[in-house]
Order: sequence, then C-alpha cells, then structure tokens
Amino acid sequence: MSASSVQSPGRRSFMRKSLIGGGGLVLGFYLDASGGALGRVAKTSGVPAGEFTPNAFIRVSSRGAVTLISKQPEIGQGIKTSLPMVIAEELEVDWKDVEIVQGDLDPAYGRQTAGGSTSTPVNYENFRRLGATARAMLVEAAALAWGVPAGECFAERSAVHHRPSRRSLSYGRLAARAAALPVPNTVALKDPADFKLLGTRVGGVDNRAIVTGKPLFGSDVRLPGMRYAVYEKCPVFGGRVLSANLDAVKAQPGVRDAFVIEGTAHINGLMPGVAIVADSIWAAFSARRQLRVSWDEGKTAGDSWAGFAARANELSRRPGARILRRDGDVAAALAGAAKTVETAYTYPFLSHAPQEPQNCTAAFRNGALELWAPTQNPGSGQEMVTATLGIPKEKIALHITRSGGGFGRRLSGDFILEAAAIAMRTPAPVQLLWSREDDLRHDHYRPGGFHFLRGGLDRGGRLIAWHDHFVTFANAGRPGSGAALSGDEFPGRWVEHCLLEQTALDCGIPMGPWRAPGSNAFAWVIQSFIDELAHAGGRDPLEFRLELLGSRDEVPGGPGTLSYNVARMRNVVKAAAEKSGWGQALPRGRGRGLAFHFSHRGYVAEVAEVTVTNAGRLSVDRVVVVSDIGAQIVNLSGAENQVQGAVLDGLGAMLFQGLGIERGRVVQGNYDDYPMIRMPDARARIEVHFLKTDYPVTGLGEPPLPPLAPAVCNAVFAATGKRVRQLPLSRADLRWD
Amino acid sequence: MSKFTLNINGRSHSVDVAEDTPLLWVLRDTLGLVGTKFGCGIGACGSCTVHLNGVPAPACTTPVSAVGRSKVVTIEGLDPKGAHPLQQAWQELDVPQCGYCQAGQIMTAAALLGKNPDPSDAEIDAAMAGNLCRCGAYLRIREGIHRAAQIATGRRGRK
Repeated sequence: MSASSVQSPGRRSFMRKSLIGGGGLVLGFYLDASGGALGRVAKTSGVPAGEFTPNAFIRVSSRGAVTLISKQPEIGQGIKTSLPMVIAEELEVDWKDVEIVQGDLDPAYGRQTAGGSTSTPVNYENFRRLGATARAMLVEAAALAWGVPAGECFAERSAVHHRPSRRSLSYGRLAARAAALPVPNTVALKDPADFKLLGTRVGGVDNRAIVTGKPLFGSDVRLPGMRYAVYEKCPVFGGRVLSANLDAVKAQPGVRDAFVIEGTAHINGLMPGVAIVADSIWAAFSARRQLRVSWDEGKTAGDSWAGFAARANELSRRPGARILRRDGDVAAALAGAAKTVETAYTYPFLSHAPQEPQNCTAAFRNGALELWAPTQNPGSGQEMVTATLGIPKEKIALHITRSGGGFGRRLSGDFILEAAAIAMRTPAPVQLLWSREDDLRHDHYRPGGFHFLRGGLDRGGRLIAWHDHFVTFANAGRPGSGAALSGDEFPGRWVEHCLLEQTALDCGIPMGPWRAPGSNAFAWVIQSFIDELAHAGGRDPLEFRLELLGSRDEVPGGPGTLSYNVARMRNVVKAAAEKSGWGQALPRGRGRGLAFHFSHRGYVAEVAEVTVTNAGRLSVDRVVVVSDIGAQIVNLSGAENQVQGAVLDGLGAMLFQGLGIERGRVVQGNYDDYPMIRMPDARARIEVHFLKTDYPVTGLGEPPLPPLAPAVCNAVFAATGKRVRQLPLSRADLRWD
Repeated sequence: MSKFTLNINGRSHSVDVAEDTPLLWVLRDTLGLVGTKFGCGIGACGSCTVHLNGVPAPACTTPVSAVGRSKVVTIEGLDPKGAHPLQQAWQELDVPQCGYCQAGQIMTAAALLGKNPDPSDAEIDAAMAGNLCRCGAYLRIREGIHRAAQIATGRRGRK
C-alpha cells in the first residue's frame, strides 16, 4: 500500500488546511490528542479491559468487534453511514464487521451540528486521520509482538500481516497491546487510489431497522412511566396567554396536568402557550380540543401576504435601505444600454414540513435534565435550555435520535425548549409531540421575498448592468435566516455596473434555515433573470452564461464570503450542457433550461427538460445534474440519494408550495392544503454526474437544490415562451397555442 | 374507556382505550409497535399505513372501534423474518433517506404486489400516490417495487 504522509508539505496538506479554514483550530482539536481529545474517551462509552480505544470514535474489543461512533445527527442525509466509512477505510476493517453507534451530545466529539452541508467538509480529513492513527497503533503493536520492523507489516481486513513471514494477528488479539501504546504525533494516510470502501455504494446502516419498523426516531422513544404532552401556541406568532380554561381541560379523561408557560419574547425560542400533559397522546389530543385560550395576539396580528406585497411594491420605487454592492454606475449604464429588461420576481414563505412532526422527550430529575431529541443541532438546543430555563449545561444530557427529515427545521431548538419546560413541571418523563398543524403553523419558515430587477445589454448582447432591489423580511430589524442577500452573490463581482440593494419588511413570522438558505430562492431569481436577458439579446442561454462567467479561474470573495472558483463552475456548466444534448432541437411544447449555482462549497449545474401541453400541463421529463464537490464521493449510493432528493425537494417546493399569511397567522394547516410532491409528479429521469476534481471533499445535502427551480422555469420558457416570475409555479397559466 | 380485542400480526391483543382512539395510537402507545408512524393525523400522508384484511388503510383515521375482527398487519408483522421481497429490495437498493415514511410505503406497496405481482410504472404511481416521501426517495421506491416483484417471482435483479 502506498501512502502519502500528511506531514509532507505540498498540495494535499495545503488543501486540507485551507479546506478546514481556521484549520489549525479544528486540526488542533484532534492533534492535541495525546494530551487532549484524541486520547480521551467519550463519557457515554465505558472502556472494558483489553479494549483498544484510541479516540472517542473507535472501539476495538479484545474479541475483534469494531464499533464506530457516528457523532453527527442523522436526518436522512446519510451521515451515519458515510462518516464512519471514512474511518473504516483508513482503519482497514471490513465494513460488514463494523457496528455503528449514534453518539450522544458530548464535547469529546467536537461540533455535532448537521447544517450547511458542513458535516463532510469539516470532518472528512480528520476522520481519515482518526482511522489512520488507530491503524498505525495496531501495526506498531503487531510489530512489537513479532519483534519486526513496523515497515514490514501492513493492515488489511481487521488484521495486521507480516509480509516476509506471512504471519497475521487479528485486531482483537492486538487490542490490549495497542491500547498500551502512545498515540503517535504523525500518521500516514492512505493513497486515495488504494481506497476500497470510499466511492462505492453502501446501504444506510439503519436500513434494516427502518424496513422492519424498529424504534429509531425521536417520537419512537418510550420510557417507563412516560407521559405525553401537547403544547398550544397562539396562531399569531408570539401571542401571549391572557387566560385559559385549565380546570376544564384538567377534568378531561387521562389528563394529568395543564398549565401556562409564559415563554419569552424570542421569536425562535420558547413561545408562550398552554401545555397539556396526559397518560396517552390521544388523551392529550382529545383534551386539547376542549381547550379555550384567550390570546393577546400582539403587534403583528395585522400581517398579511397581500399587505407585504403592496408594501414591497411601494418600496421598490425608492432607494434601498442598504447598499450591498455598488460597482460602476448602473443608472448611466442602463440609460446607455442597447437593450434593457425590467421586471420583478416573487416567492412565498415556505414550511419545512418534515414528515416526523417536531417532538422531544424529556425527564427532569433532581435538577438534571435528560433529553431525547430528533435534532440537527444538539449543542444549540442544550445552550438554549441553559439560557432560557437556567439548567446548567453540565446537568443536561442529550441523546440524539434519528430525525424523520430535517431540511434545516431541526437546527432550531424551540421544540427542545418546550419539552424541557414541560418536563420541569412534570414528575415523570414526558414526550412532547406536535400535531401536523402545529408543525406547519409554528415553523421557522423559509422567508418569502421580492426582487425588483433591471438588466442592460450592450450592442454585442453582453451583460453590462445589473440592478436588484431585494425586498426581504426581518424580525425586529434583523433579516431572517436566508433573508439576506450577500453583496458577493452572483453576478456581483462579474458585471461591470452592478447595484445590489436590500430593504427589509419587519414582520412577526419566525424564519429559519431551509435547505440551502438564501440560495434556494436567489438561484431561481438570478438564473431566471439571466435567462431573460440572454433571450432579450437573442443569445443562446448557455453561450451567454459562459461569456458572463468569463475566463478568470478564481474570483476572490469579500469579507466573510468564499472565493468563487470560476473554472470549476465553467466545467460543470459545460458538462451539463454536453450530457443533456444542449442545442439539439426540440419541438414546440418541449424545452430545455439551464441553471448553475455555487453554494455550500459545491459547484452544480443542471439542465431540465420539460413538456408543456397546449392546455398548460407541465411535466418535468429529465434533469441532468452535474456536481463538483471535490476529490472524493464518500458513499456513491448516498450521494445519488441526496441529489435525487434535492431535485425532487426543489421541484415540489417550486411547483406546489406557498404559505398564505393572513391576520398574522399561517393559513394552511396540513398536507391536504399544503401539497407536497408525490410519486405521480416525480417521473423525471434524474441523471446524476460528479466531476471528480483535485479539491477538498465537500458536502452534498444542499448544493444540488438551488439550480433546479430556475432550470425548470427556463425550460418552461423555452417550451412555451412563458416566463415564470412568481412561485409556486402551479399557480401560473402555462397554456400556449 | 372500552375493551377491544384486536388481531394484530396474527396475535390477539386486548386493550382498554377510549373508543374513538385511532388504531395508530393503540399500536404505538398501548402496544409499543412504533413502526407505524404519525405524519398528519388526517390520512393525507400514508406514514401510518397498515393492512386491514390485506387492504391498506391509514391507522391515524381508523378508530379502534371500527377495527372489529379485521386482521391488522403492521410493518412489524409483514414478514416473520423481516425478509418480505420489498424489505429485501429496499435494503438492496438503499431506498430510505430519512426513512420515516418507509414503513407506510412498504405496506402500501405490499398490498399492491398482493393483487398485482408485476405492476407497471403507472400502476405503481397510482397505488402509491397517497404515500408522501418528504425526502423525495420516489425514484428508488418505484425501482424497489419493481425489484421486489422480481425477487418474489425469482427473476434476476438489475445487477
């Protein structure tokens, strides 16, 4: 086996450090190892005698059983399979012999947040190092046992082998000896050319449990004597309880308690409400139907989507409240342009609507809190409990359960706070379960937005001017998650005369990260408007985009933004065009659309092929997705799942979803009036391609989503001549003749 | 509270619950069979699909009092060894993403294959339209049903 030393200077080493960014710190966490984290064992795993536990993530028993800890929350992104695969690859163990255990929240594991497609880029190189370190120690242990140089030994299939004498010792037999060795300061990583496991198709480690109905999810938690709780909040966000018929509710069958929780003014925190605790969830649901609450609905009870839209239109005629970017002189450039286009794009608030409603199980005993939570962000949940309810951090234990979908919703800690607050008043473990209506009406929503756009072309049909006045949403003056445009957002930094402005409408609607925050909407606006401009100039949309991207290889980012590798983007755009048959003629009523977007370190281009009947019925027939997420696909099966899922998630949101806001509250309540994509609308052939490049390995949960909506809308235009400027698309009239 | 005797996965169970209690909560909370999932409470997402006498039904809108002598089969009882062709195909093709909907998907698909051993894409789509997969694993769910049909009839797989 050839190996490249991670200590040797050179591209690989440099890349790893630049990838991790503040890499010294993150690497340091593991490197401190001999005196710190790497030598430490997580508090949740006791170490039996003779077991080799070189770090918090690996356990090799004296009988050879290998247990790997998955530290990240599993929300359907496949991380519980893929990150342990990285350790297994370097550790040289047979995947089928490995047991994966979900880790609890524990400082020994470092950051445990599943968000921003960061789990892979933050952990990939470190996890290789963890596996390689353990392997080196096992090799060293065998060499000492045999009295031979370690260089004559190699590890393979859970054993160390001595090449000259053909002797072997299993990892189990070496465990006790390896455990006595010091953790080395430097280790050699495998040459990726020798990878056996990474890049192959590996099924999810929980698949067997999933298909046989074993308990896995937060709402599956069952504890002795456990009670069930529901929590009623004001339909207008943040509204306070004036009075409630608690005595009548307490008299309902099976009800143990009912009480008001004052809550806080923090709109993403513990909202005021009424808790009902009962012996069964059905008793709690039934009692809730008898609950009558008088609410102080607060100052935002007049919020409505129609009102927001009218206000946005007024604001569009004035200068933006903030200038995000000003290059050149947009007004002069537009005045002198050979061709200009002026229009507006609008998209609604969206709910995450994960299929498992929010829930959390909590037990409060002797001042200590134990939590079982389907969360993407356990550390933040713990911090919020400490900050809001005053329970010291060290008195809060949190078990991370599998989540029935995340999509960013479970980065919030509101449901954890509610369960904790209810548990503090309940003399038994209690499971808080939201109804579907709670989930849809008390989400932290993807913000809606309005973009008022002007673009100008010169005589050669080149894009010379771009003006976006973005009217967005804020809570108490602060734009919500995904509601702030970056001054570096494409095509800022590319167009000579560029003005990006932002004005925020204050509202009472809580906002939160929704799969590819910001990008999930901005890509649609930007890539659609670029398409409009290409057509206005009589240009081919592919050629227009490649000209716009230009010949630079890298465009540096401003403070706080990543640099943009233009060469990588050009390559995925060209590949998508080539694989989709871009340029080949299609009959009227059929069309191809192209879009690209850089987000979460991933470069993705997509071409959608659609058919629109004369009657306006749209079918998305084919989507070609080309992604560049670096040098290695960890789990090919999981990666394809993520791309297909992101495409269908993006398609469903674009086609069907849009929340009504009236009288300060969300109109829809369940899947019957908030439609999600279903199998009959998921007929597209989705072709998944990865360009393997020599760049750091990055994540895939989010980057393939943003280009989908504009690719489809651009294809609709190509098919029908109709431009979609408002979502959801199902409300658009696509009839043509 | 009322007493009901239910036939679930081939075994008789006596429960004492309010008669309007949906079968879903009897399964999950009274009997501890948590494989059947809660998604919407109105029969709109299919997460809670079980078989009543072989016919797929949403357990969240089926009151326990309406079950009577019907034979209830849940994901836990679909196959004694957890090796129904759909359960095999799901693992072979790595169908699940978050996995929360998959018990319902498999139960609906099992009923489909029970009456139509080799369904077309269109027949699959029609039969599965009531089962939401929020992750969008639909392509592999459809492929998994085709693969299960092959396994059931001993035909060769795609690989």
